[in-house]
Amino acid sequence: MIPTMLHLLAHPFIRIVIALVLTMAFVGVMGLVLVYAERKVAGFIQRRPGPFEVGPHGILQSLADAGKLVGKQLVRPFGADPFLFWAAPILSLAPVVVCFLPIPFGPSLTGMQINVGLVLILAFSGLNTLALCLAGWGSANKYSLLGSARAVSQSVAYEIPLLLAVLAIAFQSGSLDLTEITLAQSRSILSWNVWVQPVAFVIFFVSLVAETNRAPFDLPEAESELTAGFHTEYSGMGFGLFFLAEYTYMIVGCAVASSLFLGGWEGPVADGHWWFLAKTFALLLVMMWFRWTYPRVRFDQLLNVCWKWLIPLGLANLVVTALVIKVVG
Amino acid sequence: MAMVAKTLKRLWSLVVGLEVTGKEFFKPWLTVHYPRQQVDNLDSYRGHIELVPRDDDPAIPRCIMCSRCQDICPSRCITIAFHPVENGDMAPKPLWLNPEIVSPGSRGALPAPERIERVLDRFLLNYSLCSLCGLCVQNCPVAAIRFSKHVYFCGTSREAFHLDLLERMQLGNGISERNPAACP
Repeated sequence: MIPTMLHLLAHPFIRIVIALVLTMAFVGVMGLVLVYAERKVAGFIQRRPGPFEVGPHGILQSLADAGKLVGKQLVRPFGADPFLFWAAPILSLAPVVVCFLPIPFGPSLTGMQINVGLVLILAFSGLNTLALCLAGWGSANKYSLLGSARAVSQSVAYEIPLLLAVLAIAFQSGSLDLTEITLAQSRSILSWNVWVQPVAFVIFFVSLVAETNRAPFDLPEAESELTAGFHTEYSGMGFGLFFLAEYTYMIVGCAVASSLFLGGWEGPVADGHWWFLAKTFALLLVMMWFRWTYPRVRFDQLLNVCWKWLIPLGLANLVVTALVIKVVG
Repeated sequence: MAMVAKTLKRLWSLVVGLEVTGKEFFKPWLTVHYPRQQVDNLDSYRGHIELVPRDDDPAIPRCIMCSRCQDICPSRCITIAFHPVENGDMAPKPLWLNPEIVSPGSRGALPAPERIERVLDRFLLNYSLCSLCGLCVQNCPVAAIRFSKHVYFCGTSREAFHLDLLERMQLGNGISERNPAACP
């Protein structure tokens, strides 16, 4: 009986199901933790305590907020497209769970080790743009429409430097499998890709901030001009799903960044998933730090940074990488 | 080349910005954490107006019921009610105001009349209308009105801000209410 069960557990399909369930739990808990961390970071940077009343030091605040969001009535504005309006938040969150499958949390802690892991993540995270587009169109609201138009042009523009940075790493490692890319950096701290490819790291991280619609690139939801951008008309769990998706894309992006550039689970001592989580959290904190430091850029500035600086730099970096690999290898 | 230098300078400014917020992150809080802490420096605070009692009798206000405050108030939030009495009815001996007690804004308080001729019944303030302009404080000839230091003044209804300042003064101008526990 037990060998049969073990045999069953080893089946790739069962493994994927378990990984997806664990990912869902991870995403939910991390959403709460990150919202709390974000508000505490904002508070401390602005010299105030942040959430403080619910639980010791406000630690249960995001749980209370989540309870409120779940309890709220789902309201669809008059004239909104019923199918697209509700499809958008689901489409925003659903694909992100798949993005966790190829991420190597530890030496053996991977949902599904496949040789096109990076492509899978990039493909599924691209679906978020579609979700924002549907949300803006389906809401029948000018702010939502403007927000989603911005989201699409921003995501399309920043996907290119992101891919160029990833491509440089893929050239160097000769693989699109995150586990192999991590293993290629395993000699010492100095062999981490962030030292070999600093330009690619900067391009990747800036594009990541823009792709996840985080400040200073949060134009799709620019509060001061567009109320809340694409999610103006959403409340309750419709908004909750968008919110959760935003934080989950941040986790995915930072997790990919730490395995591409920071050596993944490899640490100076005691390799393991704790190193991976520590690096991911450090990058997430840097993203929060960015948000509470920089003012929002203008739209022309946003696109200028991408088309005039990041894409040429990314292309040059790619050419240099290719040349070096050709000459050395 | 100049463009690259300019760009590098601008990029450096981003690092400077991160340094500023990074340092602020580790500094102590600046906000007063209200139920647990309270504001301590109230010298410049202007709360709702309150009546100043006489030096010799804390139950009687310095107010001479001239109604200037009622007339000058642009929000019409002051209502004074009083009744006249015969000379010497209330006070057998002459009552003098101490001219050294001058509220900020009133230049030199005049002495009060020798005998009390009017008795204040009510000094009503509709604080929900008051804009705290301070004209009543400035124009009181005997410095009988001042701004209170009552920071944590709160209520659950509009009526909670209809105050009888005479009653408040006789109860000690709400000193006991400065305890935040008194706020609902």
